[in-house]
Amino acid sequence: MTKNREPVETSSSRRGFLGRVWLLLGGVALAEAVWIVSDFFKPRRRRATDDGADSVIVAGPVDRFQPGSVTAFPEGRFYLARLVDGGFLALHRECTHLGCTVPWVAAEDRFVCPCHASSFDITGNVLSPPAPRPLDIFPVRIENAIVKVDISRIIKRQSYASSQVVRS
Amino acid sequence: MRPVRVRRSTLPYQHTFGLGGSSLTLIGLMVFTGVLLMLAYEPSPERAYDSVIGLQDQFLFGGLVRNIHHWSANLLVAVVLLHLLRVLFTGGFHGPRRFNWVLGLGLLAGILAANFTGYLLPWDQLAFWAVTICTGMFGYVPWIGEWLQGMARGGPEVGSATLVIFYTFHTTLVPVTLVLLMAFHFWRVRKAGGVVDPRPPEEIVEEKPDYVSTLPELLMRELAAALALIAFVVVLSVFVNAPLGAPANPGMSTNPAKAPWYFVGFQELQLHFHPLIAVVVIPALVALALLAIPYLRYPRELSGAWFLSGTGRRTAVLAATVGLVVTPVLILFDELVLQPGAGLPSLAWRGLVPLVLMGAAVFGFRSLLIKKFGASKGEVVQAVFVLFLIVLAVLTVTGVWFRGPGMALVWPWGVGG
Repeated sequence: MTKNREPVETSSSRRGFLGRVWLLLGGVALAEAVWIVSDFFKPRRRRATDDGADSVIVAGPVDRFQPGSVTAFPEGRFYLARLVDGGFLALHRECTHLGCTVPWVAAEDRFVCPCHASSFDITGNVLSPPAPRPLDIFPVRIENAIVKVDISRIIKRQSYASSQVVRS
Repeated sequence: MRPVRVRRSTLPYQHTFGLGGSSLTLIGLMVFTGVLLMLAYEPSPERAYDSVIGLQDQFLFGGLVRNIHHWSANLLVAVVLLHLLRVLFTGGFHGPRRFNWVLGLGLLAGILAANFTGYLLPWDQLAFWAVTICTGMFGYVPWIGEWLQGMARGGPEVGSATLVIFYTFHTTLVPVTLVLLMAFHFWRVRKAGGVVDPRPPEEIVEEKPDYVSTLPELLMRELAAALALIAFVVVLSVFVNAPLGAPANPGMSTNPAKAPWYFVGFQELQLHFHPLIAVVVIPALVALALLAIPYLRYPRELSGAWFLSGTGRRTAVLAATVGLVVTPVLILFDELVLQPGAGLPSLAWRGLVPLVLMGAAVFGFRSLLIKKFGASKGEVVQAVFVLFLIVLAVLTVTGVWFRGPGMALVWPWGVGG
């Protein structure tokens, strides 16, 4: 690039100019390639819940759920937990550590992750690490004593608070 | 790839155990079987599992081809790890070989990437959950974590886009990268004048080293080793089938959900540290340390002799013993004393504090080696490496044999079920 052997000043600067043009074109080509490649890698956001049609799951009448019980809703990927005081929480079934599904172990009264042994209580609070935060929740509505869960919006939380619980 | 003549002293099998050549042989087997598998495999969640079943039922020796691919992949990880140890313990990373150590680490990373992208493809339970976990780890990388995770999965969850991405990486990008790196790696070996001389420098006094023709002296030995290895893999594949679990069920994790054996030590680490530390900080530190090994300043560059010297041997044994005793104690301490009722893992208490304490312990160990044993720099580096190696080995053994349902500690011989 810097072979400035030419005796004439103008020739050398013309060569330098052409060199810079080549460099610029190369840069543009590289940017285009990066743009195209990154577009191919862009996550495809197609999901049943994204179109909004099936985003609300009707869980059923309030009375169907015993206080202190946990009911799985595989189609909505959540557990509906009814606390002992009668309040409802819809807990996302994925462990907040690395995304395994956490089964409810009724005998131990806790969710236990099969991958790295995290466990959570009925409110989703962490009982044992390595999970870094409580289970995510979905918004719960109770209309005419029917429990409905909106699975289009996932709520991450740092700790359990009683304001998260929905009561009829 | 090979010079016409090589030094006679580098020929004996016990010097290198033919580990580099064995890796190449296994990669050759995997390319051959991999291409055959591509003809039968369909990369979509609906068809992938059935196409693997179909491969085993409908193709001539389809199951055998898959077994060979599977066992070669597992064996390859073991062989390249041993190759790394051989190079390290014979000091084969000094002088002209320094950059080749880095290339070798690149190849190791590439081989792990090939294995990682390969085991999603059967779309069984193990595949699905292992990949969910591993791509879940990407989420903990600071700043770019979510972007990285979205890119690896091709969407919010592991699904059809993930399978296509992994298939592409497994069948083209990773193998092509590996082949290019291998060419570079072998060329550097040749530039360095072949493998290290197995004798201490004092003994290499002859004016004219004793050279022999590569053909037949070296090539025939390599051919014999390669054929023996191929025979071993084929026999293994005839008798032991590659595992294929139940079809992937995104709604139900397997219990316990364990990674393949070469990642189990890493998985065990996750149980004891805050995810940011276990996923990002510790692997980054280990990778940096490995990369740095040839570039530290060594007053005396010893290569060739196993474990460098008498002191080298003694300090390595000491380091191994320390690792063997301390790691299980720490695992039990965390499991029985720290974890019950620990609640949320704080970054300080389950991350920085133990990390700093362990770092201080390693530093103290280093001082001990220098004061008590008069260990040289090379010997200290070797001993610290052995310590980490044994820690990883103990973590792996714990994860493979001592973890039961819910990843609780159990006895492998099943006391009380």
